[in-house]
Amino acid sequence: MTTPITSGVPQGSVPVVAGEPRFLYLLRHADDNLVLAQRLAEWVSWAPELEEDIALANLALDFLGVARALYTYAGEVEGKGRSEDDLAMFRTEREFLNVLLVERPNTDFAHTMARQLFFDAYQLELWEALSASADETIAGIAAKAIKEARYHFRHSSTWVIRLGDGTEESHRRMQAGIDALWMFTGELFEADDVDAAVVETGVGVDPATLRPGWERRVADVLAEATLQIPDDPFQRTGGRVGFHSEHLGRLLAEMQWMQRTYPGMSW
Amino acid sequence: MAYSVPHVDGEPEPEFGRSETRGWPMWEVFVRQRRGMSHVHAGSLHAPDAETALQHARDVYTRRVEGVSVWVVPSSAIVASDPDEADAFFEAIEKPYRAATYYEIPDEVGQM
Repeated sequence: MTTPITSGVPQGSVPVVAGEPRFLYLLRHADDNLVLAQRLAEWVSWAPELEEDIALANLALDFLGVARALYTYAGEVEGKGRSEDDLAMFRTEREFLNVLLVERPNTDFAHTMARQLFFDAYQLELWEALSASADETIAGIAAKAIKEARYHFRHSSTWVIRLGDGTEESHRRMQAGIDALWMFTGELFEADDVDAAVVETGVGVDPATLRPGWERRVADVLAEATLQIPDDPFQRTGGRVGFHSEHLGRLLAEMQWMQRTYPGMSW
Repeated sequence: MAYSVPHVDGEPEPEFGRSETRGWPMWEVFVRQRRGMSHVHAGSLHAPDAETALQHARDVYTRRVEGVSVWVVPSSAIVASDPDEADAFFEAIEKPYRAATYYEIPDEVGQM
């Protein structure tokens, strides 16, 4: 596969979110899971079949559960008394540190499955590595999440294979989804100072080490699906330091409005 | 049709209840909750093939229960008795001597 060319972060920009590396590391992964959960939840009542509607909602709940565990722990690590809800509902777009891939719009079912394939394969590698984290809480969350990730990957790869190796129309749409989202995969494996610091303490994992396993998994699925691996080297990044596409703001507006309109409300 | 649906002139009549020709085929789901127990019918679902049917079974029927095994069977493979002929299949109610509870256990036998 190709060497990424990155773009997306304005030169000389300063990250809005500061904190100790372990806090930022937890926040990045929590945000990945929350934003993807929200995206998947948008499918509810719109999926092609009732059974798939339920499956997508289940996936959303899995990601939401992981996000909650990570936010709760991030709040403890930060030590400023912020709860999971404070972190999820009272931060702005520039303070969200998720990768751009998870905020991509659902578009159609093939796009959604392409996004899932890329992200599920990544999380399989991530949780596997983090289950050996020197931080016991992170290791515990990872060990629980990997069971779900195995199912997620099975679900998305099943669909990518069926749509890719299906009809002419399903093949065309599946390839379009893969092509459209390919430029957001390089960011998953980018490392910066935060990653270097958590690798140093044994808490985190160097994202670059996850890449070979990810490439193998994705290449195997795409080959079986008779789909082409895109050869466009252009890659977008910026999410990990809070530079997002225009899509995240709308997602957060919908997700956060109730807590922001009625702070502290519950049911 | 049993009820009317808003209709625009020239629009084709909607079709209902023909799942075998529209959309995915139907599957019956059987779940074994514990070792040593039988697989029990949990319900049915739609899926394009067997592998997907298993995944859907997980999502629709097993997320909230313990279990060790799931079967999925094409609904078209089920051969069912005719409800009108139920008498021919279920006659035991008139012949109580076919049930173990019909017999009194002699005291000498004790607990069975």
